[in-house]
Amino acid sequence: MAYSKKVVDKFENTLKNPEKFNVGRFDPKDGDVGTGMVGAPACGDVMKLQIKCKKEGNQHIIEDVKFKTYGCGSAIASSAELVEMLIGKTLDEAKEIKNKDLVEVLELPPIKIHCSVLAEDSIKQAIEDYESKQ
Amino acid sequence: MSKSKPIYLDYASTTPVDERVAEKMLEYMTFNNNFGNAASRSHSFGWQADEAVELARSHVANLVNCDPREIVWTSGATEADNLAIKGIANFYKTKGKHIITSKIEHKAVLDPCRQLERHGFDVTYLEPNEGGVITPEAVKDAIREDTILVSIMHINNELGTINDIASIGELTRDNGIFFHVDAAQSTGKVNIDLSTLKIDLMSFSAHKTYGPKGVGALFVRRKPRVRIEAQIHGGGHERGMRSGTLATHQIVGMGEAFRLAKEEMTNDTEKVLEFHEHFLEEVKKIDEIYINGDIQNKVPNILNVSFNFIEGESLIMGLKDIAVSSGSACTSASLEPSYVLRALGRKDELAHSSIRFSFGRFTTKEDVKNTLKLLSNVVDRLRELSPLWEMHLDGVDLDTVEWQAH
Repeated sequence: MAYSKKVVDKFENTLKNPEKFNVGRFDPKDGDVGTGMVGAPACGDVMKLQIKCKKEGNQHIIEDVKFKTYGCGSAIASSAELVEMLIGKTLDEAKEIKNKDLVEVLELPPIKIHCSVLAEDSIKQAIEDYESKQ
Repeated sequence: MSKSKPIYLDYASTTPVDERVAEKMLEYMTFNNNFGNAASRSHSFGWQADEAVELARSHVANLVNCDPREIVWTSGATEADNLAIKGIANFYKTKGKHIITSKIEHKAVLDPCRQLERHGFDVTYLEPNEGGVITPEAVKDAIREDTILVSIMHINNELGTINDIASIGELTRDNGIFFHVDAAQSTGKVNIDLSTLKIDLMSFSAHKTYGPKGVGALFVRRKPRVRIEAQIHGGGHERGMRSGTLATHQIVGMGEAFRLAKEEMTNDTEKVLEFHEHFLEEVKKIDEIYINGDIQNKVPNILNVSFNFIEGESLIMGLKDIAVSSGSACTSASLEPSYVLRALGRKDELAHSSIRFSFGRFTTKEDVKNTLKLLSNVVDRLRELSPLWEMHLDGVDLDTVEWQAH
Protein backbone atom coordinates (compact mmCIF):
# COMPACT_ATOMS: atom_id res chain seq x y z
CA MET A 1 0.00 0.00 0.00
CA ALA A 2 1.62 3.13 -1.13
CA TYR A 3 0.30 5.59 1.40
CA SER A 4 1.74 9.00 1.91
CA LYS A 5 3.50 9.55 5.19
CA LYS A 6 0.80 12.10 6.01
CA VAL A 7 -1.97 9.52 5.82
CA VAL A 8 0.00 7.02 7.87
CA ASP A 9 0.88 9.60 10.53
CA LYS A 10 -2.66 10.92 10.74
CA PHE A 11 -4.08 7.42 11.02
CA GLU A 12 -1.60 6.31 13.64
CA ASN A 13 -1.90 9.44 15.73
CA THR A 14 -5.68 9.21 15.69
CA LEU A 15 -5.51 5.59 16.73
CA LYS A 16 -3.06 6.31 19.53
CA ASN A 17 -4.77 9.38 20.86
CA PRO A 18 -8.42 9.37 19.81
CA GLU A 19 -9.55 12.12 22.18
CA LYS A 20 -6.95 14.58 21.00
CA PHE A 21 -8.01 13.91 17.43
CA ASN A 22 -11.69 14.50 18.15
CA VAL A 23 -12.96 10.96 18.12
CA GLY A 24 -16.23 10.73 20.02
CA ARG A 25 -19.81 11.84 19.94
CA PHE A 26 -22.21 14.59 20.95
CA ASP A 27 -25.85 14.01 21.75
CA PRO A 28 -27.43 14.26 18.31
CA LYS A 29 -30.62 15.67 19.86
CA ASP A 30 -28.91 18.80 21.16
CA GLY A 31 -30.05 21.95 19.39
CA ASP A 32 -26.51 23.17 18.76
CA VAL A 33 -25.34 19.86 17.26
CA GLY A 34 -25.52 18.81 13.63
CA THR A 35 -24.92 15.19 12.61
CA GLY A 36 -23.96 13.77 9.26
CA MET A 37 -23.50 10.11 8.48
CA VAL A 38 -22.59 8.88 5.02
CA GLY A 39 -21.38 5.67 3.38
CA ALA A 40 -22.45 2.06 3.90
CA PRO A 41 -20.91 -0.90 5.69
CA ALA A 42 -21.20 -3.02 2.56
CA CYS A 43 -19.04 -0.52 0.67
CA GLY A 44 -16.39 -0.61 3.36
CA ASP A 45 -16.73 2.89 4.77
CA VAL A 46 -19.09 4.86 7.00
CA MET A 47 -18.30 8.32 8.32
CA LYS A 48 -20.14 10.03 11.11
CA LEU A 49 -19.37 13.68 11.69
CA GLN A 50 -20.89 15.95 14.32
CA ILE A 51 -20.47 19.68 14.61
CA LYS A 52 -21.25 21.77 17.67
CA CYS A 53 -21.91 25.42 16.84
CA LYS A 54 -22.34 28.69 18.64
CA LYS A 55 -23.99 31.81 17.40
CA GLU A 56 -21.98 35.01 17.16
CA GLY A 57 -24.02 37.83 15.71
CA ASN A 58 -25.39 36.55 12.42
CA GLN A 59 -22.74 33.90 12.12
CA HIS A 60 -22.79 30.32 13.28
CA ILE A 61 -19.32 29.22 14.25
CA ILE A 62 -18.17 25.61 14.54
CA GLU A 63 -16.94 25.38 18.08
CA ASP A 64 -16.16 21.70 18.29
CA VAL A 65 -16.33 18.61 16.12
CA LYS A 66 -16.49 14.90 16.86
CA PHE A 67 -16.28 12.01 14.45
CA LYS A 68 -16.23 8.26 14.13
CA THR A 69 -15.21 6.46 10.98
CA TYR A 70 -15.40 2.86 9.84
CA GLY A 71 -13.18 2.44 6.83
CA CYS A 72 -9.71 2.07 5.47
CA GLY A 73 -6.73 4.00 6.75
CA SER A 74 -7.18 6.89 4.38
CA ALA A 75 -10.88 7.21 5.22
CA ILE A 76 -9.95 7.55 8.87
CA ALA A 77 -7.14 9.98 8.07
CA SER A 78 -9.46 12.03 5.83
CA SER A 79 -12.02 12.39 8.60
CA ALA A 80 -9.44 13.37 11.18
CA GLU A 81 -7.93 15.93 8.80
CA LEU A 82 -11.33 17.39 7.92
CA VAL A 83 -12.23 17.79 11.56
CA GLU A 84 -9.16 19.93 12.14
CA MET A 85 -10.03 22.08 9.15
CA LEU A 86 -13.52 22.70 10.51
CA ILE A 87 -12.90 23.91 14.04
CA GLY A 88 -13.30 27.67 14.37
CA LYS A 89 -14.81 28.12 10.91
CA THR A 90 -18.17 29.71 10.21
CA LEU A 91 -20.73 27.50 8.50
CA ASP A 92 -20.30 29.48 5.31
CA GLU A 93 -16.57 28.89 5.39
CA ALA A 94 -17.09 25.21 6.18
CA LYS A 95 -19.31 24.83 3.14
CA GLU A 96 -16.39 25.95 1.02
CA ILE A 97 -14.23 22.99 2.04
CA LYS A 98 -13.97 20.61 -0.88
CA ASN A 99 -12.73 17.08 -1.17
CA LYS A 100 -9.77 18.18 -3.25
CA ASP A 101 -8.47 20.16 -0.28
CA LEU A 102 -8.16 16.86 1.57
CA VAL A 103 -6.64 15.13 -1.44
CA GLU A 104 -3.95 17.78 -1.52
CA VAL A 105 -3.18 17.87 2.18
CA LEU A 106 -3.05 14.09 2.57
CA GLU A 107 -1.61 13.37 -0.89
CA LEU A 108 -4.31 10.75 -1.48
CA PRO A 109 -3.73 8.44 -4.45
CA PRO A 110 -6.48 8.34 -7.12
CA ILE A 111 -7.85 5.06 -5.79
CA LYS A 112 -8.55 6.72 -2.43
CA ILE A 113 -10.25 9.88 -3.66
CA HIS A 114 -13.66 8.48 -2.71
CA CYS A 115 -12.57 8.76 0.95
CA SER A 116 -12.27 12.52 0.56
CA VAL A 117 -15.62 12.71 -1.26
CA LEU A 118 -17.21 10.88 1.63
CA ALA A 119 -15.68 13.40 4.03
CA GLU A 120 -17.05 16.32 2.04
CA ASP A 121 -20.51 14.72 1.99
CA SER A 122 -20.42 14.19 5.74
CA ILE A 123 -19.80 17.84 6.50
CA LYS A 124 -22.52 18.94 4.06
CA GLN A 125 -24.97 16.65 5.79
CA ALA A 126 -23.95 17.75 9.27
CA ILE A 127 -24.46 21.40 8.32
CA GLU A 128 -27.87 20.62 6.80
CA ASP A 129 -28.89 18.84 9.97
CA TYR A 130 -27.74 21.75 12.13
CA GLU A 131 -29.46 24.35 9.97
CA SER A 132 -32.71 22.40 9.99
CA LYS A 133 -32.75 22.77 13.78
CA GLN A 134 -32.34 26.56 13.79
CA MET B 1 9.38 -3.06 17.88
CA SER B 2 8.59 -0.85 14.91
CA LYS B 3 12.24 -0.67 13.93
CA SER B 4 12.69 -4.43 13.84
CA LYS B 5 11.48 -6.72 11.10
CA PRO B 6 7.70 -7.22 11.11
CA ILE B 7 6.30 -10.56 12.23
CA TYR B 8 5.57 -12.64 9.16
CA LEU B 9 2.18 -14.39 9.31
CA ASP B 10 1.48 -14.60 5.60
CA TYR B 11 2.91 -18.02 4.74
CA ALA B 12 -0.09 -18.84 2.58
CA SER B 13 0.96 -16.00 0.32
CA THR B 14 4.56 -17.11 0.05
CA THR B 15 7.18 -18.75 2.24
CA PRO B 16 10.82 -17.85 2.64
CA VAL B 17 13.23 -20.19 0.89
CA ASP B 18 14.63 -22.64 3.44
CA GLU B 19 18.36 -21.99 3.93
CA ARG B 20 19.09 -25.63 3.03
CA VAL B 21 17.23 -25.11 -0.25
CA ALA B 22 19.04 -21.87 -1.05
CA GLU B 23 22.38 -23.59 -0.50
CA LYS B 24 21.53 -26.35 -2.94
CA MET B 25 20.35 -23.85 -5.54
CA LEU B 26 23.65 -22.00 -5.41
CA GLU B 27 25.38 -25.13 -6.66
CA TYR B 28 23.65 -24.80 -10.04
CA MET B 29 24.49 -21.39 -11.37
CA THR B 30 28.10 -20.30 -11.68
CA PHE B 31 31.05 -21.44 -13.81
CA ASN B 32 32.71 -23.06 -10.80
CA ASN B 33 29.58 -25.02 -10.15
CA ASN B 34 27.09 -26.81 -12.37
CA PHE B 35 25.54 -24.42 -14.90
CA GLY B 36 24.86 -26.81 -17.79
CA ASN B 37 21.76 -27.07 -19.94
CA ALA B 38 19.87 -30.23 -19.04
CA ALA B 39 19.01 -30.67 -22.70
CA SER B 40 22.68 -30.80 -23.78
CA ARG B 41 23.36 -34.46 -24.52
CA SER B 42 26.90 -34.04 -25.83
CA HIS B 43 28.91 -33.20 -22.72
CA SER B 44 29.14 -33.67 -18.98
CA PHE B 45 27.85 -30.17 -18.18
CA GLY B 46 24.53 -31.18 -19.68
CA TRP B 47 24.55 -34.64 -18.16
CA GLN B 48 25.12 -33.25 -14.69
CA ALA B 49 22.33 -30.72 -15.04
CA ASP B 50 20.05 -33.45 -16.33
CA GLU B 51 20.94 -35.63 -13.38
CA ALA B 52 20.11 -32.82 -10.95
CA VAL B 53 16.78 -32.16 -12.69
CA GLU B 54 15.83 -35.83 -12.58
CA LEU B 55 16.78 -36.15 -8.92
CA ALA B 56 14.59 -33.12 -8.17
CA ARG B 57 11.78 -34.70 -10.20
CA SER B 58 11.99 -37.83 -8.09
CA HIS B 59 11.83 -35.75 -4.88
CA VAL B 60 8.64 -34.08 -6.07
CA ALA B 61 7.16 -37.41 -7.18
CA ASN B 62 8.15 -38.96 -3.88
CA LEU B 63 6.25 -36.40 -1.83
CA VAL B 64 2.98 -37.11 -3.64
CA ASN B 65 3.63 -40.77 -4.44
CA CYS B 66 3.59 -40.76 -8.22
CA ASP B 67 5.96 -41.79 -11.01
CA PRO B 68 8.65 -39.12 -11.68
CA ARG B 69 7.75 -39.39 -15.37
CA GLU B 70 4.36 -37.92 -14.44
CA ILE B 71 5.90 -34.61 -13.30
CA VAL B 72 6.16 -31.74 -15.80
CA TRP B 73 8.13 -28.66 -14.73
CA THR B 74 6.44 -25.30 -15.12
CA SER B 75 7.12 -21.72 -14.04
CA GLY B 76 4.73 -22.08 -11.12
CA ALA B 77 1.28 -23.25 -10.11
CA THR B 78 -0.35 -20.60 -12.29
CA GLU B 79 1.26 -22.03 -15.39
CA ALA B 80 0.48 -25.57 -14.22
CA ASP B 81 -3.20 -24.63 -13.81
CA ASN B 82 -3.26 -23.00 -17.23
CA LEU B 83 -1.56 -25.99 -18.84
CA ALA B 84 -3.93 -28.46 -17.21
CA ILE B 85 -7.16 -26.63 -17.95
CA LYS B 86 -6.44 -25.26 -21.42
CA GLY B 87 -4.40 -28.37 -22.24
CA ILE B 88 -7.30 -30.74 -21.52
CA ALA B 89 -9.95 -28.47 -22.99
CA ASN B 90 -8.11 -28.05 -26.27
CA PHE B 91 -7.10 -31.68 -26.58
CA TYR B 92 -10.53 -33.12 -25.81
CA LYS B 93 -12.81 -30.41 -27.17
CA THR B 94 -14.37 -32.78 -29.68
CA LYS B 95 -15.47 -34.97 -26.77
CA GLY B 96 -17.34 -32.20 -25.00
CA LYS B 97 -17.18 -28.56 -24.07
CA HIS B 98 -18.35 -28.48 -20.49
CA ILE B 99 -16.04 -27.77 -17.55
CA ILE B 100 -16.89 -27.78 -13.85
CA THR B 101 -14.98 -25.65 -11.36
CA SER B 102 -15.87 -23.62 -8.27
CA LYS B 103 -16.34 -20.03 -7.20
CA ILE B 104 -13.59 -20.30 -4.59
CA GLU B 105 -10.79 -21.36 -6.93
CA HIS B 106 -7.64 -19.32 -7.30
CA LYS B 107 -7.63 -16.83 -10.17
CA ALA B 108 -5.09 -19.09 -11.89
CA VAL B 109 -7.99 -21.50 -12.43
CA LEU B 110 -10.85 -19.03 -12.83
CA ASP B 111 -9.17 -16.86 -15.44
CA PRO B 112 -8.24 -19.74 -17.80
CA CYS B 113 -11.86 -20.94 -17.46
CA ARG B 114 -13.14 -17.48 -18.39
CA GLN B 115 -10.78 -17.50 -21.34
CA LEU B 116 -12.15 -20.87 -22.48
CA GLU B 117 -15.69 -19.52 -22.19
CA ARG B 118 -14.71 -16.89 -24.73
CA HIS B 119 -13.73 -19.77 -27.00
CA GLY B 120 -17.05 -21.54 -26.82
CA PHE B 121 -16.66 -23.68 -23.69
CA ASP B 122 -19.38 -23.83 -21.08
CA VAL B 123 -18.19 -23.54 -17.49
CA THR B 124 -20.15 -24.29 -14.30
CA TYR B 125 -18.88 -22.45 -11.21
CA LEU B 126 -19.96 -24.38 -8.14
CA GLU B 127 -20.96 -22.61 -4.93
CA PRO B 128 -19.19 -23.71 -1.75
CA ASN B 129 -21.24 -24.70 1.28
CA GLU B 130 -21.33 -22.38 4.29
CA GLY B 131 -18.10 -23.84 5.56
CA GLY B 132 -16.24 -22.97 2.35
CA VAL B 133 -16.16 -26.53 1.04
CA ILE B 134 -17.07 -27.85 -2.41
CA THR B 135 -18.95 -31.07 -1.75
CA PRO B 136 -18.78 -34.15 -3.99
CA GLU B 137 -22.59 -33.93 -4.21
CA ALA B 138 -22.33 -30.47 -5.75
CA VAL B 139 -19.90 -31.84 -8.34
CA LYS B 140 -22.11 -34.84 -9.01
CA ASP B 141 -25.16 -32.67 -9.62
CA ALA B 142 -23.29 -30.53 -12.11
CA ILE B 143 -21.97 -33.39 -14.27
CA ARG B 144 -23.39 -33.46 -17.80
CA GLU B 145 -23.01 -35.71 -20.83
CA ASP B 146 -20.53 -33.28 -22.34
CA THR B 147 -18.45 -32.60 -19.21
CA ILE B 148 -14.78 -33.20 -19.95
CA LEU B 149 -13.02 -31.66 -16.97
CA VAL B 150 -13.54 -30.95 -13.28
CA SER B 151 -11.06 -28.56 -11.66
CA ILE B 152 -11.36 -28.24 -7.88
CA MET B 153 -8.68 -27.02 -5.51
CA HIS B 154 -7.45 -29.18 -2.67
CA ILE B 155 -6.95 -26.53 0.02
CA ASN B 156 -8.45 -23.10 -0.32
CA ASN B 157 -5.81 -20.40 -0.06
CA GLU B 158 -7.96 -17.88 1.80
CA LEU B 159 -9.75 -20.16 4.25
CA GLY B 160 -7.57 -23.25 4.53
CA THR B 161 -10.62 -25.45 4.01
CA ILE B 162 -10.01 -28.91 2.55
CA ASN B 163 -12.05 -30.38 -0.28
CA ASP B 164 -12.71 -34.11 -0.46
CA ILE B 165 -10.65 -34.74 -3.58
CA ALA B 166 -10.73 -38.52 -3.01
CA SER B 167 -14.52 -38.70 -3.34
CA ILE B 168 -14.63 -36.21 -6.20
CA GLY B 169 -12.00 -38.33 -7.96
CA GLU B 170 -14.17 -41.44 -7.66
CA LEU B 171 -17.04 -39.54 -9.25
CA THR B 172 -15.07 -38.14 -12.14
CA ARG B 173 -13.32 -41.45 -12.87
CA ASP B 174 -16.68 -43.29 -12.90
CA ASN B 175 -17.99 -40.76 -15.38
CA GLY B 176 -14.96 -40.69 -17.64
CA ILE B 177 -14.20 -37.08 -16.80
CA PHE B 178 -10.71 -35.68 -16.20
CA PHE B 179 -10.04 -34.29 -12.74
CA HIS B 180 -7.56 -31.49 -12.12
CA VAL B 181 -6.61 -30.40 -8.61
CA ASP B 182 -4.79 -27.22 -7.68
CA ALA B 183 -2.63 -28.36 -4.77
CA ALA B 184 -0.50 -25.23 -4.37
CA GLN B 185 -1.42 -24.97 -0.67
CA SER B 186 -1.19 -28.68 0.11
CA THR B 187 2.39 -29.83 -0.20
CA GLY B 188 4.09 -30.28 3.14
CA LYS B 189 0.80 -29.66 4.94
CA VAL B 190 -1.25 -32.78 4.22
CA ASN B 191 -0.49 -36.19 2.80
CA ILE B 192 -1.15 -36.68 -0.89
CA ASP B 193 -1.04 -40.18 -2.32
CA LEU B 194 -1.53 -40.07 -6.06
CA SER B 195 -1.24 -43.84 -6.28
CA THR B 196 -4.67 -44.14 -4.67
CA LEU B 197 -6.31 -40.81 -5.51
CA LYS B 198 -8.21 -40.84 -8.80
CA ILE B 199 -6.77 -37.54 -9.90
CA ASP B 200 -5.54 -36.96 -13.45
CA LEU B 201 -3.72 -33.66 -13.11
CA MET B 202 -2.37 -31.82 -10.09
CA SER B 203 -0.67 -28.42 -9.86
CA PHE B 204 2.19 -27.69 -7.46
CA SER B 205 4.07 -24.58 -6.45
CA ALA B 206 7.57 -24.41 -4.96
CA HIS B 207 7.31 -21.10 -3.17
CA LYS B 208 4.44 -22.10 -0.89
CA THR B 209 6.61 -24.91 0.46
CA TYR B 210 9.90 -23.14 1.28
CA GLY B 211 11.18 -23.37 -2.28
CA PRO B 212 11.94 -20.54 -4.73
CA LYS B 213 9.41 -18.46 -6.63
CA GLY B 214 9.17 -18.98 -10.38
CA VAL B 215 8.97 -22.76 -10.45
CA GLY B 216 6.19 -25.31 -10.12
CA ALA B 217 5.05 -28.56 -11.62
CA LEU B 218 2.08 -30.31 -13.14
CA PHE B 219 1.36 -33.95 -12.44
CA VAL B 220 0.00 -35.57 -15.61
CA ARG B 221 -1.16 -39.14 -15.06
CA ARG B 222 0.25 -41.88 -17.29
CA LYS B 223 -2.14 -44.68 -16.32
CA PRO B 224 -4.87 -44.18 -17.36
CA ARG B 225 -3.17 -41.89 -19.81
CA VAL B 226 -4.00 -38.21 -19.86
CA ARG B 227 -3.07 -36.13 -22.86
CA ILE B 228 -2.85 -32.37 -22.99
CA GLU B 229 -2.18 -29.82 -25.65
CA ALA B 230 1.03 -27.91 -24.95
CA GLN B 231 0.62 -24.19 -24.30
CA ILE B 232 4.26 -23.24 -24.81
CA HIS B 233 6.08 -24.55 -27.89
CA GLY B 234 9.74 -24.50 -28.78
CA GLY B 235 12.10 -27.45 -28.42
CA GLY B 236 9.80 -30.17 -27.14
CA HIS B 237 11.13 -30.25 -23.58
CA GLU B 238 9.19 -32.13 -20.93
CA ARG B 239 7.98 -34.73 -23.43
CA GLY B 240 6.53 -32.01 -25.59
CA MET B 241 4.19 -30.74 -22.89
CA ARG B 242 6.22 -27.70 -21.88
CA SER B 243 9.08 -26.36 -23.95
CA GLY B 244 11.82 -24.11 -22.70
CA THR B 245 15.27 -24.70 -21.22
CA LEU B 246 14.82 -26.08 -17.74
CA ALA B 247 15.73 -23.66 -14.95
CA THR B 248 18.08 -26.06 -13.21
CA HIS B 249 18.68 -24.03 -10.05
CA GLN B 250 14.95 -23.37 -9.61
CA ILE B 251 14.11 -27.01 -10.19
CA VAL B 252 16.81 -28.18 -7.81
CA GLY B 253 15.36 -25.75 -5.27
CA MET B 254 11.86 -27.16 -5.70
CA GLY B 255 13.14 -30.70 -5.46
CA GLU B 256 15.05 -30.00 -2.27
CA ALA B 257 12.12 -28.09 -0.79
CA PHE B 258 9.77 -30.99 -1.49
CA ARG B 259 12.27 -33.53 -0.15
CA LEU B 260 12.46 -31.49 3.06
CA ALA B 261 8.68 -31.14 3.09
CA LYS B 262 8.35 -34.88 3.34
CA GLU B 263 10.90 -35.00 6.15
CA GLU B 264 9.51 -32.04 8.05
CA MET B 265 5.80 -32.50 7.54
CA THR B 266 5.15 -34.03 10.95
CA ASN B 267 7.23 -31.40 12.75
CA ASP B 268 5.82 -28.51 10.77
CA THR B 269 2.26 -29.66 11.34
CA GLU B 270 2.63 -30.28 15.06
CA LYS B 271 4.11 -26.86 15.60
CA VAL B 272 1.54 -25.05 13.53
CA LEU B 273 -1.30 -26.96 15.18
CA GLU B 274 -0.20 -25.64 18.54
CA PHE B 275 -0.10 -22.05 17.25
CA HIS B 276 -3.50 -22.49 15.66
CA GLU B 277 -5.09 -23.72 18.88
CA HIS B 278 -3.58 -21.00 20.99
CA PHE B 279 -4.48 -18.31 18.47
CA LEU B 280 -8.03 -19.53 18.15
CA GLU B 281 -8.51 -19.70 21.89
CA GLU B 282 -7.28 -16.13 22.35
CA VAL B 283 -8.95 -14.57 19.35
CA LYS B 284 -12.30 -15.99 20.48
CA LYS B 285 -12.06 -13.79 23.57
CA ILE B 286 -12.56 -10.78 21.31
CA ASP B 287 -16.21 -9.82 20.93
CA GLU B 288 -17.98 -10.11 17.56
CA ILE B 289 -15.45 -12.11 15.60
CA TYR B 290 -16.26 -14.74 13.01
CA ILE B 291 -14.05 -17.60 11.89
CA ASN B 292 -14.38 -18.03 8.13
CA GLY B 293 -14.37 -21.57 6.80
CA ASP B 294 -15.29 -24.82 8.50
CA ILE B 295 -13.01 -25.07 11.53
CA GLN B 296 -13.45 -28.86 11.62
CA ASN B 297 -12.31 -29.27 8.06
CA LYS B 298 -9.30 -27.11 7.46
CA VAL B 299 -5.53 -27.02 7.69
CA PRO B 300 -4.14 -25.42 10.85
CA ASN B 301 -1.66 -23.18 9.05
CA ILE B 302 -4.38 -20.86 7.77
CA LEU B 303 -6.85 -19.01 9.99
CA ASN B 304 -9.27 -16.51 8.50
CA VAL B 305 -11.09 -14.23 10.92
CA SER B 306 -13.58 -11.41 10.41
CA PHE B 307 -13.56 -8.63 13.00
CA ASN B 308 -17.03 -7.20 12.78
CA PHE B 309 -17.43 -3.39 12.62
CA ILE B 310 -13.80 -2.86 11.61
CA GLU B 311 -12.60 -2.47 8.05
CA GLY B 312 -9.83 -4.92 7.24
CA GLU B 313 -7.39 -2.56 5.65
CA SER B 314 -7.41 -0.20 8.61
CA LEU B 315 -6.81 -3.23 10.82
CA ILE B 316 -3.82 -4.16 8.68
CA MET B 317 -2.54 -0.60 8.92
CA GLY B 318 -2.98 -0.72 12.66
CA LEU B 319 -1.10 -4.01 12.75
CA LYS B 320 1.80 -2.56 10.84
CA ASP B 321 4.34 -4.74 12.60
CA ILE B 322 2.52 -7.87 11.49
CA ALA B 323 2.50 -9.07 7.89
CA VAL B 324 -0.94 -10.55 7.13
CA SER B 325 -3.46 -10.50 4.27
CA SER B 326 -6.96 -9.10 4.18
CA GLY B 327 -10.13 -9.90 2.25
CA SER B 328 -10.85 -6.20 2.29
CA ALA B 329 -11.55 -4.52 -1.01
CA CYS B 330 -9.12 -1.76 -0.22
CA THR B 331 -6.18 -4.12 -0.28
CA SER B 332 -7.07 -5.63 -3.63
CA ALA B 333 -6.53 -4.07 -7.00
CA SER B 334 -10.15 -4.67 -8.01
CA LEU B 335 -11.76 -2.79 -5.07
CA GLU B 336 -14.01 -5.81 -4.57
CA PRO B 337 -14.05 -7.59 -1.25
CA SER B 338 -12.89 -11.19 -1.28
CA TYR B 339 -14.92 -13.20 -3.77
CA VAL B 340 -14.22 -16.29 -1.71
CA LEU B 341 -15.84 -14.86 1.41
CA ARG B 342 -18.77 -13.57 -0.60
CA ALA B 343 -19.21 -17.01 -2.09
CA LEU B 344 -19.60 -18.36 1.47
CA GLY B 345 -22.57 -16.05 1.83
CA ARG B 346 -20.78 -13.73 4.23
CA LYS B 347 -22.16 -10.22 4.28
CA ASP B 348 -19.99 -7.73 2.42
CA GLU B 349 -19.04 -5.95 5.62
CA LEU B 350 -17.74 -9.18 7.11
CA ALA B 351 -15.77 -9.84 3.95
CA HIS B 352 -14.32 -6.33 4.25
CA SER B 353 -13.30 -7.01 7.84
CA SER B 354 -11.48 -10.31 7.30
CA ILE B 355 -7.84 -11.03 8.02
CA ARG B 356 -5.97 -14.16 7.02
CA PHE B 357 -3.29 -15.27 9.46
CA SER B 358 -1.05 -18.01 8.16
CA PHE B 359 1.67 -19.70 10.15
CA GLY B 360 4.71 -21.61 8.97
CA ARG B 361 8.01 -23.30 9.62
CA PHE B 362 9.72 -20.20 11.00
CA THR B 363 6.87 -18.87 13.13
CA THR B 364 7.72 -18.72 16.83
CA LYS B 365 5.63 -18.78 19.99
CA GLU B 366 6.74 -15.21 20.60
CA ASP B 367 5.42 -14.17 17.19
CA VAL B 368 2.01 -15.56 18.01
CA LYS B 369 1.99 -14.08 21.49
CA ASN B 370 2.99 -10.61 20.30
CA THR B 371 0.49 -10.70 17.46
CA LEU B 372 -2.38 -11.58 19.77
CA LYS B 373 -1.44 -8.82 22.18
CA LEU B 374 -1.27 -6.21 19.47
CA LEU B 375 -4.38 -7.53 17.77
CA SER B 376 -6.73 -7.16 20.71
CA ASN B 377 -5.36 -3.70 21.37
CA VAL B 378 -5.80 -2.48 17.79
CA VAL B 379 -9.25 -4.05 17.50
CA ASP B 380 -10.35 -2.17 20.63
CA ARG B 381 -8.96 1.11 19.34
CA LEU B 382 -10.48 0.79 15.89
CA ARG B 383 -13.84 -0.11 17.39
CA GLU B 384 -13.66 2.98 19.54
CA LEU B 385 -13.33 4.81 16.23
CA SER B 386 -16.11 2.90 14.50
CA PRO B 387 -19.60 4.40 14.22
CA LEU B 388 -20.88 0.88 13.51
CA TRP B 389 -19.52 -0.43 16.78
CA GLU B 390 -21.15 2.50 18.58
CA MET B 391 -24.48 1.68 16.94
CA HIS B 392 -24.04 -1.98 17.79
CA LEU B 393 -23.47 -1.11 21.45
CA ASP B 394 -26.55 1.15 21.34
CA GLY B 395 -28.53 -1.86 20.20
CA VAL B 396 -29.12 -0.63 16.64
CA ASP B 397 -29.65 -3.42 14.11
CA LEU B 398 -27.37 -2.35 11.27
CA ASP B 399 -29.41 -4.29 8.75
CA THR B 400 -32.39 -1.99 9.36
CA VAL B 401 -30.44 1.24 8.79
CA GLU B 402 -30.90 3.01 5.49
CA TRP B 403 -27.33 3.60 4.39
CA GLN B 404 -26.27 6.27 1.98
CA ALA B 405 -24.14 4.22 -0.33
CA HIS B 406 -21.97 6.23 -2.60
